[in-house]
Parts: sequence; C-alpha cells; structure tokens
Amino acid sequence: MNNSNRKILVCCGTGCLANNSFEVYTKLKEKLKDTKIAVQPLVKATGCNGLCEKGPVVKILPDDISYFKVSTKDVDAIVEKTILNGEIIDKLLYYDTNEKKKLISHKDATFYKHQQKISLRNIGEVDPLLIEDYLERDGYKALRKVLFEMTSEEIIDVIEASGLRGRGGAGFPTGSKWRTCYKYNNFPKYIVCNGDEGDPGAFMDRSIMEGDPNTVIEGMIICGYAIKSHKGYLYIRDEYELARKNMQIAIDNAKKHGYLGENIIGSNFDFDLEIVRGGGAFVCGESSALMASIEGNVGEPRAKYIRSVEKGLWNQPTILNNVETWANIPPIISNGAKWFKSIGIENNSGTKVFSLVGKVKNTGLVEVPMGTKLRELVFDIGGGIIKDRPFKAIQTGGPSGGCIPKEHLDISLDFDSLSNIGSMMGSGGVIVMDDTTCMVELARYYMEFLSEESCGKCTTCREGIKIMLEILTNITKGEGELEDIELLLDLSETISNASLCGLGKTAPNPVITTIKYFKDEYIDHIVNQKCNAGICKKLTSYYIEEEICIGCGLCAKKCPTNAITGIKKEPHIINADICVKCGACFTNCPTGAVKIGGVVVESKN
Amino acid sequence: MKIDSSIDYNETIKIIRKYPNEKKFTLAILQDIQKEYGFIPKEVMTKISDYLNIPLSDIYSMSTFYKALSLKEKGKYIIKVCNGTACHIRGSNSLIEELTDILNIAPEETTEDGLFSIEIVNCLGACALAPVMMVNGKYYGSMTKEKVKTVIDEYRGLEHEQ
Repeated sequence: MNNSNRKILVCCGTGCLANNSFEVYTKLKEKLKDTKIAVQPLVKATGCNGLCEKGPVVKILPDDISYFKVSTKDVDAIVEKTILNGEIIDKLLYYDTNEKKKLISHKDATFYKHQQKISLRNIGEVDPLLIEDYLERDGYKALRKVLFEMTSEEIIDVIEASGLRGRGGAGFPTGSKWRTCYKYNNFPKYIVCNGDEGDPGAFMDRSIMEGDPNTVIEGMIICGYAIKSHKGYLYIRDEYELARKNMQIAIDNAKKHGYLGENIIGSNFDFDLEIVRGGGAFVCGESSALMASIEGNVGEPRAKYIRSVEKGLWNQPTILNNVETWANIPPIISNGAKWFKSIGIENNSGTKVFSLVGKVKNTGLVEVPMGTKLRELVFDIGGGIIKDRPFKAIQTGGPSGGCIPKEHLDISLDFDSLSNIGSMMGSGGVIVMDDTTCMVELARYYMEFLSEESCGKCTTCREGIKIMLEILTNITKGEGELEDIELLLDLSETISNASLCGLGKTAPNPVITTIKYFKDEYIDHIVNQKCNAGICKKLTSYYIEEEICIGCGLCAKKCPTNAITGIKKEPHIINADICVKCGACFTNCPTGAVKIGGVVVESKN
Repeated sequence: MKIDSSIDYNETIKIIRKYPNEKKFTLAILQDIQKEYGFIPKEVMTKISDYLNIPLSDIYSMSTFYKALSLKEKGKYIIKVCNGTACHIRGSNSLIEELTDILNIAPEETTEDGLFSIEIVNCLGACALAPVMMVNGKYYGSMTKEKVKTVIDEYRGLEHEQ
C-alpha cells in the first residue's frame, strides 16, 4: 500500500492523554521508524476529538479509519495490519449503539453525524503546535482579509450582521460590544480572552485552547485591528497547564511567522498577546473580577454602571470575550455574515459547543447548531443514559444555571429558550442526571461550591448562600422542615436582587429550579424521611424484594461489609446493622430486586 | 504559620526579579513562589512587598484569596480529587472518604510524614473520566474506592525504593 499522503492522527486532548494516548503516539512513531515502508506516514498528536469516553482515539487518513480505546498493546497490530496491509482491526472499531453496528469511519457515528463544527473545525485534525497545519486549513486568511481589504466599520458590520452572541454565557451581541468600544477615542484599548472556565463540568474552552490555539489568536488580532487596540491578554485557568503551554507555543510561532508583533504581515498594524495565569477563583470568570485579577489585585468584581467597553482594564476601553467567541471570528470573516446567520435559528445564529457529561453514554465535546433539541443531544449524540436507567434531569449553565426535567426534553438549545424555563446556556456545560441523582443534594452541592467561591464583597452573597447551604444540608440529613422550602425561595430572591455580580445574582438558580421541578423530592426528604435516589445516606436504607430476587448472590459478592446473606437460588437478606449504604448491591443487582427505602428499615429484614 | 528556616532566599530573589517591578506581576510571582516551595512563606511575602512597593497586607490578601496559593506547606505528593459536577454525581465523595480514611487526614491537610496532601478541586476538565483524581499532575480516571488504595500504595512503594 503506497499512500503518500497518509497521516496517523493520535488524539492528545486531556481526556485521551489521561488514558495514556501520548504513550500510544510515542510508540507509534518508534515502531514506524523501525518498519521499512516506502512512504513513512506522518504521525501527529492532535487536540480533542470529542468522544472522550472512548479514548484514546487514533485516526488514519486518507483511508478514513478510526480506532477507539487504543492502548500501546495495539500499536504493533495497527502498523503491521492496517498501515502495511490495509487490513481493518475489528476490535478497535467504534460500536454505534444507535446504529447497532461497528463503523470504520468515525464520521458515520451518530455521535458525529448530528454535529456541525465551526469553532471546533480544526480540532482533532491539526497538530496544535504547528502553525503550518493551521495555515494549511486556511488559517490567518481572515486576518489577511481584514488587514488588507476591510475597514474597522466593515469588520464590525460583518460581526454585527452575523448575529454572533457571546459564548461565555450571557449571550450579549458581540458586534454591538465591539461597536461601542470602537466609538471611544481613549487609547490604549485592550482585548481580553476569558479562558478561566471555572464552571465545574465544562471543558469546551480548554479543548479549544489546547487543540486549536491559533484560531483564538486570529480572532483576537482581528478584533484588535477593528477597535484599534495593540495589546491583548489571555487569562487562562491555573489548572489548565496544557492549554497554557499550547497557547504560549502558538503565540511564539505566530510571532515568528509575522502574525503577531510589529507590522503584522507587512500591514503597519501592531498587536501583541500575553498570557496571564488565573489564580483559581471562580468569581474571576466574571469580567470585572477577571480584569482586577489581571491588574494584580484580588479578583473582586465591581458595580458595572460604567461598562468595561468604556472603562475596563486599567480604566481603558476593553473588549472581553470568551475562548469560543474568539474561535468563531475567523470563519465569520472568511465566510460572511449571511453564511453564519443561515446556521442555527432566529436570534441565535451559529453553533454552540457543549461538554456533555454525567450519566450519559457518550461523554464528550459536542458542537451543534443552535436550536438543536435537548433530546437529540442526550439520546442521539449522547447515546442515552448509562445502563439505560431512566432520565431524570439535565443541568445547564453550571452553578448559575438550572435543572431541566424530562417534560422539557424537547426544548430548543438556545439562549432564549433556556432562560425562559429558568435555566441558562452558560458556557455550555451540560450535566445529565438519572434516577440515582438526588436533586436536593445537587442543590446543596452547588451552594457549597458557591459559598466557597463567593468573594465576600456583598453580604447577601457571602452570608445568604451560607444560610441556604445550611438549610439544604439539614434537609439532606433528614432535619429539615416544610417551611424551609419557602425560606429557601425567600432567600433566593433577596440574594439575587441585592448582590452585585453575576455570581450572587444567579447563585440561587439551582435551588429555585430544583424546587420548581422537583418539589416532591424536597417533601420526600422532609416529611417521608426518604431519599429516593439513595444518595443522602442518613435517609437511605436498602432492602431486597423477595418476589424479585433470584438468589444469584451477586449483591453479596459485591457487598464490602458482608451485610448480605442468603442461600443460592433463594431470596437474600440485607442486615441493616452492618450495611454501610454504599449502594453496591443496588447498582449490581441484575433483576432490580434491591430497593431503596427510607429512614425506617422495612420489616422485610 | 510554619516557617521553614532552610529556605534559600537567594533563590527567592531570583524568582522575584524575573519580573519587572510592576503590580500586575504580583499573582505571577506568587504562583512561581508557590511552585518552588509548595506554599507562600511569610518572609517571601515581605520580600515581594518590598520589591513591588505594595503593602504586605495586599500580598497577604492575594495569597489567601486565590485557591492556587497556600500559606500552609504541602506534601511531596499532592492528591487533587476532582469534585466538579460530573465527578460529584459519579461518586467523587466516596473517593474523598476513602482517601481521608487511608491517609488519616482531612482534605486540605498534609500527612505527618510530609508525603501526601489532599486537595479538593472544582474541575480538572477531564469529565469523561469521572470520577477523576490527580497526583502531582498525573491523571487517574474512572476511579473507584478500591483503586484509591492501589494508587496510594504505588506512591508509598516509590518512597521505599528511594
């Protein structure tokens, strides 16, 4: 087989790296060196391919073969069978649960078929450290276009006409932000990229910075040229080491190739970028807090009666957008506003990247047109719920978002529809929950997170969230009272009205939505002293339903404390005195005979 | 605050001087110090305050505000347990319980022999592998209670070899 263009792409996004994909990459390179082939294939380490659950992912081009869950043990076979002889290794192929068959090309998988990639267009296809790869895929073409063919107004017109709304969460129209900033004749002006991504359960921005850093750089330079700024900052989260490393290398390479620095590609325009490491504070994702942090202060937000487009970083006009917004800029300039507007739905043009996580089969990074149905995201792309358990709810928008119950599964994923039902788009973290997630405990979890992350400036946020946490903790321990529900709602209103920044204003959302859609669960905890999900240990007991138990003994085998006894093929019994309520019997019972009870252990034992 | 008298302050000055004496580099300097010593020693705070001409109280408030910085000395192996939402609903709590049990310390504490520290972090961005933990930068995905013990034993084994 003589294929002069052959490439082997090894996914080296964080998900795959954590599963040893770099070892696979290194071993592939070594093995190929020792193998005498007429044309050596190019082996590249790429960014995230999306389907992190099935990583490490290896793609072979142009044959279009995708292998999943590849380990170093498979390297010999890949080289000897696939590369040398063109044979396909069946066991490494992707099994599509929707199609019920194995697939050779990843493109045929339901997971990828429903997606449309704009901001992720290069990720998984290019080596993020090679500017040449980016150039090969029309990189810096949009920059060339704006520098030599467009005026500031023309650029802003295109961005405005495209209808692009900020992908960081609030959905503010990007073009209008740029236009306001452009109007202020107060120099210097600054450009900021928010790469803090503090939302737990979200990794969209991380994947873009790791997998295609050049697109972020290009987007920022274009904005710099449009609003006449010469300096940009990337505020990147401290835990994101690979993102920082790849962004820095890309910045250095862009400088070497004349895309950053003085007289960018001979245009008389100067622009430079600098990375600032985040300090690990959730509130620093808020724009004014983020800017305070860049200036070398404690990351506290300020009241925004003067917007940062007028007085931002060091009181100068500043444009702050998040990573995904920046990644959308070059394709909009290259393909035009009309093209972008044709994707998505009215008032919500383009696509949105989601990190689909939780109790879903195909966990990963997903980009779909705005307006895609939630059901499609969870059941087609996501492949449904792990172990086919019942779907309970979905949480969007991180700690500031809300929980959406199954009645709303057909909702359109866009900024407006989500906020209409009390949730929000947020940066795009989507957490899928099944019947073994306790909604009261989840609300408690978010309050715990936010009480730790509140900067403490506003009393309502600092003290109010703490009190909500206390009340919720009591309910999960079975020490709640019915009046607590009203009290939680009262507190929610005060906190969101009287707090200064987005953190406090939206903090009560998880509590409000769980009460709105899952009030029964609160009542179960308070009145019936029972946690149906089996999460709140004090309100959980397990028992075996005699009629259903087939006596297979699997529960007893999995029990860490030997609390389960019984004769083979006869109903088993759980001894409540020894049971530590770990739930191993419940999750492993093949017939569903293990049931969850409340505080009072059923007399069946 | 525990102060280690063995700290070589010549090294500190070198780290600080890598940056121009402008306020905007305060966080970067503190992060480099944190990386070098595993915490922010009091003496170093004074030196940064002198160099940047910023009140010591400001340096102190930065050191206590940001999660990446710590006033307490950390162990040789820092175990970060992810408690992001994805990990939380896939059972990160049981990992935390098991770790505190095995190591006999609470989160944010260090074992007496100075080997291990437990930290709870909000998201490591590897949600597909939930629940996840990380030891000195190395990821351990799809963790279970049982695997926690194996990982700790692995690091204890490393110590015996040395």
